[in-house]
Amino acid sequence: MSKLISYEHKNTPIHKLSGFTKLVFFLIWCTASALTFDTRILLCMLVIGFVIYKVSDTKWKQVSAVFTAVMIFMTINLLAIFFFAPYQGCKIYGSRTEIAHLFGNVYLTQEQLFYEFNVFIKYFTVIPAVFIFLVTTDPSELAASLNGVGVPYSIAYSLEIALRYIPDVQDEFRKIKNAQEARGIEMSSKGRLMERMKNTVSIIFPLLFSSMERIDVVSNAMELRGFGKKKKRSWYSRRPLKAADFAVLAFIVVFFIGSMIITYHDGNRFFNPFV
Amino acid sequence: MKIGIKEVVAMGIGTALFVVLTNVQIPVFVVPNTAIQPRMAILAFLAAVFGPIVGAVVGFAGHALGDAFFYGSVWWSWVVPEAVVGIAIGFFAKKFAVKEGGFASGKNLIIFNVVQVVANAVAWIVVAPVLDILIYAEPSDKVFSQGAIAFILNIIAIGILGSLLLVAYSRIAGSSSGLKAEE
Repeated sequence: MSKLISYEHKNTPIHKLSGFTKLVFFLIWCTASALTFDTRILLCMLVIGFVIYKVSDTKWKQVSAVFTAVMIFMTINLLAIFFFAPYQGCKIYGSRTEIAHLFGNVYLTQEQLFYEFNVFIKYFTVIPAVFIFLVTTDPSELAASLNGVGVPYSIAYSLEIALRYIPDVQDEFRKIKNAQEARGIEMSSKGRLMERMKNTVSIIFPLLFSSMERIDVVSNAMELRGFGKKKKRSWYSRRPLKAADFAVLAFIVVFFIGSMIITYHDGNRFFNPFV
Repeated sequence: MKIGIKEVVAMGIGTALFVVLTNVQIPVFVVPNTAIQPRMAILAFLAAVFGPIVGAVVGFAGHALGDAFFYGSVWWSWVVPEAVVGIAIGFFAKKFAVKEGGFASGKNLIIFNVVQVVANAVAWIVVAPVLDILIYAEPSDKVFSQGAIAFILNIIAIGILGSLLLVAYSRIAGSSSGLKAEE
């Protein structure tokens, strides 16, 4: 199982921002990247993303394993788009400039290449945002700051529990898998489909039932400590929003509105260099 | 609707479980790059036990976090349908009464499977491809065939694994009524 990206304590300006600020930035950033197909804005986001990546002092080895996985997934997706719709680009940009004849009646066109190039850089605008959010945000502080801006604390707390228990559940998963393999149950991709299904069950069953037990234990402990009795609760790791947080929030809102205006001012969300 | 302590914890640990199982996949050789995802069975199980809110959160947060942790990017158009499945199955949680041994009889098992097939159809054949086209402007042939494959694989995952998990858990959790009077 590949190593997950996880929070690492450092002292950069990005780490000092409130978790709430980073979450809002991350969500608006992803929305902007999803909505716009304007190449100029995407390239601009690419540069900003790279600058933030450098400022956040994220080390390559923290994220390299996941990065490889994204690259594989992206390549498959780009090929699938070409395979299913070799003229999607022509449909979008309304023209057809052939470069080469590939096979059958499939031609490589500039429009298709440009469309897939846009899809390609879209990946690279989102990837740094995800990496930076995950490696610079302390789960406890995120929950505290979410509650600070009005998210009900039960929701904030369940998010914190999720982030807190991912490593634990992963450990448990590994233990069960090793134990089952020691008993001679084959986990690799050798067996037949039904065989593999059955073998997966032999991990999922104990894992799910131990998780159900964990839910009972944790919720009993929380009940004993009086969780949910009052309308408010206090947090150890709360940090009030500072000037830098407001600056970042203002920037992302302005950036979002600006990029939407530039994207949509000519009626659709594609930047068309072919006219 | 008030969220109890148990639901808060179930959302958290359920999401963690869903995220961890993101990487556990059973590849199907007929179609390249597709796999049966056992995590779907976990989602269906948690929704059937804890209700629609837990189902929605585990589906949404679990898929988003799982994508982020393992693939470094979040594919929002497939995150939303995951929540749809969780909510749809969760609506029948009271009826299923899993913890009270409701799955010991075959009736709930049939309802559960009808619900999951309908929910998956709406989620993967309608919601996911439409969002793919709206958000990412992907070619419609591609997204609808991807959606159809996801639909089939997910009903297999939930139909087999999910049903097994529910029947087994229901038998264990509801067994307090299995006491027999001594003669």
